[in-house]
Amino acid sequence: MSDLLDAAVAERVLARALANGGRFAEVFAERRRGLAMAIDESRIEAVQSGAEEGAGVRVVEGSTTYFAHVDGLDPADLERAADEAAGALRGERRESRPLRAAAPPPLPIERRPEDVPAERKAALLRELDERARGQSGEIAQFTSSYAEARREVAIANSEGLLTGDDRTRTRIGAQVVARRGDAVETGAETLGAHRGFELLEDDPAQIAELAARKALTLLDAGPAPSGSMPVVVGGGFGGVLFHEMTGHGLEADHIQKGASVYVGKLGEQVAQPLLNAYDDGRLPHEWGSDAIDDEGAPTQKTQVIEDGRLTAYLYDRLTAERDGVASTGNGRRESFRHLPIPRMTNTYIAPGDATPEAMIAELEQGFYAVSFAGGQVDPATGDFVFGVSEGYLIEGGKVTRPCRGATLVGNCLEALMAIDAVGDDFFMKTGICGKGGQKAPVGTGQGHVRVRAMTVGGTEL
Amino acid sequence: MTELSATAGRAVEAALSAGAGAAEAYASRDSGREVRVHGGEVESLTAATQSGIGVRAWIGGRVGYAYGTDLSESGVAAIAGRAAEAAGVADEDEFAAPPEPAPIEALPALSDPSVAAWTAADAAELALAVERTALAADPRVAGVEQVVYADSAERVAVASSTGLAGEYESSDCFAYLQALAEGEGGRETGLGFGLARGPAGLDPEAIGAEGAGRATGMIGARKPASRSCPVVLDPTVAASFAGLIGGALGANAVQRGRSPFAGRLGEELASGALVLHDDGRDPAGPASAPFDGEGVPRRRTALIEGGRLRAFLFDTYTANREGDGASTGNGSRHGYRSQPSVATSNLIVGTGSLSFAELLGAAGEGVFVTDVAGLHSGVNPVTGVFSVGASGHAIRAGELAEPLREFTIAGDLVSLLGAVEAAGAEARWVPFGGSVRTPPLLIGALAVSGA
Repeated sequence: MSDLLDAAVAERVLARALANGGRFAEVFAERRRGLAMAIDESRIEAVQSGAEEGAGVRVVEGSTTYFAHVDGLDPADLERAADEAAGALRGERRESRPLRAAAPPPLPIERRPEDVPAERKAALLRELDERARGQSGEIAQFTSSYAEARREVAIANSEGLLTGDDRTRTRIGAQVVARRGDAVETGAETLGAHRGFELLEDDPAQIAELAARKALTLLDAGPAPSGSMPVVVGGGFGGVLFHEMTGHGLEADHIQKGASVYVGKLGEQVAQPLLNAYDDGRLPHEWGSDAIDDEGAPTQKTQVIEDGRLTAYLYDRLTAERDGVASTGNGRRESFRHLPIPRMTNTYIAPGDATPEAMIAELEQGFYAVSFAGGQVDPATGDFVFGVSEGYLIEGGKVTRPCRGATLVGNCLEALMAIDAVGDDFFMKTGICGKGGQKAPVGTGQGHVRVRAMTVGGTEL
Repeated sequence: MTELSATAGRAVEAALSAGAGAAEAYASRDSGREVRVHGGEVESLTAATQSGIGVRAWIGGRVGYAYGTDLSESGVAAIAGRAAEAAGVADEDEFAAPPEPAPIEALPALSDPSVAAWTAADAAELALAVERTALAADPRVAGVEQVVYADSAERVAVASSTGLAGEYESSDCFAYLQALAEGEGGRETGLGFGLARGPAGLDPEAIGAEGAGRATGMIGARKPASRSCPVVLDPTVAASFAGLIGGALGANAVQRGRSPFAGRLGEELASGALVLHDDGRDPAGPASAPFDGEGVPRRRTALIEGGRLRAFLFDTYTANREGDGASTGNGSRHGYRSQPSVATSNLIVGTGSLSFAELLGAAGEGVFVTDVAGLHSGVNPVTGVFSVGASGHAIRAGELAEPLREFTIAGDLVSLLGAVEAAGAEARWVPFGGSVRTPPLLIGALAVSGA
């Protein structure tokens, strides 16, 4: 952190930011480094190396935030950003408190990806390629990607905070196309964490097999059913269900603008008593974890649903200030080019006591969504949609045949209340969440979950 | 030569010095601002400058890419060095080569002087006018979640060791809002938007009224019954589907067997009602430019005409791989951080002769879809199979009836082409599906899944 933002420079920049008034000023400095590559048609390609640095300065006065960002971390660059942000204010100079450096330790990285030769990463992709193609002669295409990204950030503000973080994330993904005659199906799998290359030490190539198995299974798929029915959602990335259905609606900016179905619902029973859920930015190694958020607040574990009651919203600094509460450490930003907004970190439904087998056995007829390709919600109306990447029919208490091309739609409040079983087979998966034009790495998790009724949108009428 | 072109030229030289056999640099510099308003006040005001460079280096048929923000001489040399290093990791690909220079025809009027002339206060006033209009439009409008106004002015320079050199300037701006309406015990949202080259081209009243109208129109919405029926796609929805089809017509997906259109060139896949072009030079197109992301002249390409699939879209690599093809000027980038890859520029869906009322009349009994959700997860670009969340209105006896929500429309992209029965007479630019100009479309039948 220290080499990103010198304390004396930061004090000077904050003083300039407050030259025309403002009750709060902040400088956010960042250095980004990354390497990515892919394998396609068994050839290593798209090898790409990035290096960016820059800073964003914001000044808050009244209900307005003045923000400017620049490339470069020279003192002159930072001062230019401060002058630009302050340029729109017309008030009296304000004083900034002296800075006190205090940064919690970053999440530990055992093996820095940048210290691993690029050829080793290419070799890993080749191994994935061979493993996927070895699954069956019906594997027509295999692509896989490797990405490492390091974000060093430093944050100083007019309240005297000087802190920083050093974040390294590593992720691989595998996509398979399987073909049998005219039938074409796809399968995908990812592995990612807030970790270094140590993430990839324990047989990472198994994700290639998993992706291949998904695509091969779907070659036998028929059309997906249509209409309202019970749905069993698989563990891990199935947690995107809660992320969309509830998580976004708890972000305080939506709440404060009346643009969430959870407005005024704090303390109310929004789910069955069997449901407990959390946002936790401190889970070791998880994809959505950081030591501090992008405003310098320590990340924390926040219980958002306790025995079915809504217990908390997710705050950044400004929304917390407005509600007179403390930030929950959810102020996140994609980069120095963005303003922080309330965002989820790792959001999950805590393990319950049901088994997936029992949940399914109890259903005469239903749909089993093992995994999603993604989801989307309008927090204001609560309408959501999930694209199913691997789904099956449930008939007579048994999983019968795979289905292609299904989407689940519904409304948050009804669907959350309709969760009537939570499984004990909990695990976490990685996701990339988009909000307000900003992407953020988020973790999602759950065991199997059953929703009493949801609309399955297929083509079989 | 401008400083930006000089920087690009220096990067090419540096990559050659670092061991590349051929090199290309793409440099950009832009300044932009964004205003967000809420509740009659400015919520945030952002002023931004950014510049960067991306360098592609070839060592034989091995390609590497590197980008960065440090445009100093040593910074550019470091980026170029990393590009050459990255090329050393890639495998040989016989078709990988930089484009050869071709004459570039200037494309004037890509920059609107109102971007520079308007102050931040002017821009804030425009955004506030959007919000005021929406709030005054209907008593059931309960609020506006946010109005966003943004503009940017960008300069781009491309240079290569094959002698390519080009530079242009362009500007764009947009404004949108998400209006909130309340009634019948529910809350609804409605999007209104406008895009132009500069703020002088935006109509704040029209944007505000559109958001308010869409939100209030959804009050009391219910699930429709599941069935197969005629569907009219609003331009915002038609644009999303046009974008999906345009993406599947990119030669990279086609050549690698990952497009439902692979091997179908020349086939009669569409009804005569659907005409689709890619036009990188349309004077009003947000994506228009004299050349693409690798310096190849932009042009117009007929994709679907007379019901037949006429062409795929190419960049230099896919054109080389095709053998007898030439790049269609569709080597696109998302700024200096991304290397070029095949993508649509501006997609133009041909207009028909029917007014909107006549389209509804032709549909008879069906669904008018105003919004789709979950396109990133509900569409399989390899197979073309889609199922996406939707909302809109019922069509009864050829007229708009009650609002509908929480349903899906499903099918596959190839069948969709054949099912287009008519295109409306009035088109608009839409920022979904890339950059698309489209009228509303009447689809003969789609699977609708609701209650």
